[in-house]
Amino acid sequence: MSDYLIQQIVNGLSLGSLYALVAIGFSLIYGVIRLVNFAHGDLMMIGAYMTFGLVASGVVPWVALPLLVVAGGFAAGGLIERVAFRSITGAPMITGFIVTLSASIAIQNLALIFLGSQPRNFNFPEVFRMRLSLGGADVALIDLVIPVVTLLCALALTTFIRKTRVGIAIRAVAENPFAAQLMGISIGRLVFLVFAVGGALAALAGLFWSGKYGQINPLMGFLPGLKAFLATIIGGVGSLPGAIVGGYILGFSEIAFVGFLPSEYSGYRDAFVFGLLILILLVRPQGLFGESEQERA
Amino acid sequence: MKTMELSPVRAFILLVVAVGGLVLAVDGSGNGYYQTFTALTLINVMLAVSLTMTNGFTGMFSLGHPAFMTMGAYVALLFTYPVGRKGFAMPALPDIIAQVHLPLPLAALVGGVIAALAGWLIGRLMVHLQTHYLAVATLGLIIVVQTFALNLDGITRGGRGITGVPREATLSMIGICTVLVIILCWRIKHASLGRAMLAVRENEMAARCFGIDAFRLKLLAFVLGAGIAGFCGALLPHVVSVMSPKSFGLILAFNLIAIIVVGGQGSIVGAILAAVFISVGSESLRRVEETTGVYGVTQVIVAVALISFLLVRPKGLFGLKEPFIRTS
Repeated sequence: MSDYLIQQIVNGLSLGSLYALVAIGFSLIYGVIRLVNFAHGDLMMIGAYMTFGLVASGVVPWVALPLLVVAGGFAAGGLIERVAFRSITGAPMITGFIVTLSASIAIQNLALIFLGSQPRNFNFPEVFRMRLSLGGADVALIDLVIPVVTLLCALALTTFIRKTRVGIAIRAVAENPFAAQLMGISIGRLVFLVFAVGGALAALAGLFWSGKYGQINPLMGFLPGLKAFLATIIGGVGSLPGAIVGGYILGFSEIAFVGFLPSEYSGYRDAFVFGLLILILLVRPQGLFGESEQERA
Repeated sequence: MKTMELSPVRAFILLVVAVGGLVLAVDGSGNGYYQTFTALTLINVMLAVSLTMTNGFTGMFSLGHPAFMTMGAYVALLFTYPVGRKGFAMPALPDIIAQVHLPLPLAALVGGVIAALAGWLIGRLMVHLQTHYLAVATLGLIIVVQTFALNLDGITRGGRGITGVPREATLSMIGICTVLVIILCWRIKHASLGRAMLAVRENEMAARCFGIDAFRLKLLAFVLGAGIAGFCGALLPHVVSVMSPKSFGLILAFNLIAIIVVGGQGSIVGAILAAVFISVGSESLRRVEETTGVYGVTQVIVAVALISFLLVRPKGLFGLKEPFIRTS
């Protein structure tokens, strides 16, 4: 294998992992309350700024950094659910949808006000910036750390959903919220939990994103958020393994588009991604792993 | 309340007098700031009314207006940009177009027609998608169109944007267009066509059982909305004199949705009032932003206000109703 190919594979893996991390939360939330959460990508931005603040403060040891960011994302996700979405429980789908869009716009602009519109550059602690040689290719350590951590998270979450009582409750609500309530499941708490877990994973993605690219800005979450939605659609909305596989498919095809086509096309990267979205919605709206639902198409 | 209701004919006369009076007064004042602001407000009214037709009448949830506006704007600019500067600014333009110069109304019409054609092609694929899938697909469409505008820099000048666009959009022309768009949408809503669209919105399955071709009606609403959006998009650079790929994006899509949600999805009077209200409101807030230097406050306020509004009045100010006008 040429080192160029290895490099592209590593790039695809790490980008796909970032999409997968965001997509998991997206998919969980949709699965439980059938809500497309536009504000989800902005949690990634919040995670990135938390990382920035913690690194800049200089007092946090690097081992504690991911833990603090994940905890912060958990809190932020839960807070958003309490402030914006708790009050619209039971409202028509379209209302919930407009509320998430409003929440996203509000978060982005609050970030613009309080964090400034200038993109910020920062350097990660040395440990994260190491580069190593893999089959002749020069690869950043973080690009290898990202997929490993992502897969561990995905594995832990899948086990949690499959095996624990809370996980079973989440699946029950996804299957039939009314019947689940009759069985004594408190949907409100589960919704909070799902938002918080989604927020934690998105914040982790934000940490990785800032480590990978070294630059963050208040609007950085929007496009990855939309792309994560695309990833969940590819995999089948509401399906957890689907979201992860969808994230990787999207990551790899984006890298392949940029890496293997002549460079004059690389500017069209986003057009390609969203053209793909439109195509998938037309051809297979239920995704790879999703069950066909009448309401979608 | 009965005494406040006007017959549609009187309401039409009132509309013409109000818009005509506004245009004459502002044009006569000679104040450039008020002229620009009035022009932008009237264009917002057209956009809101057309979106209330696309989304409100049929129950679709399209965010795609900015995409069609961008198309309309760039198409119109091909014909209105001064011929002498085209060779320099748009080197990739074919000679046939580079030599042509059209007056703005005609160019904007071409822009609108091209946008409507694009809307027809895209709508055929998209209109059967339900609410949030359509919303995300049309958001994707905005990004696709913006990406093309950014990369086709032989025609669009890419991220640098096209500057020095002649300010050919006169207030009287915009006023006339606004009245025409409002009448068009009003006529559609209160004809059998509009009633069929509303039936689709209320219950698509039942409407289809009555022999209503839901797909065709949704497509029609989508295409008309795209055409009007393209036309408005074509006018806008000729008001503010610049155009860039990011001119019409997510924020605009969101503000338009805010307008039709506040006005009541499907209410034309509601859309007009909400468009004027939000235009005036955000312009005054923008001046606050400029004096305090805190940018972004307007959008936060619009977003928070929209969330609170949805909680208190989920159907908007008027729902589907047309206040002050007798409709039956």
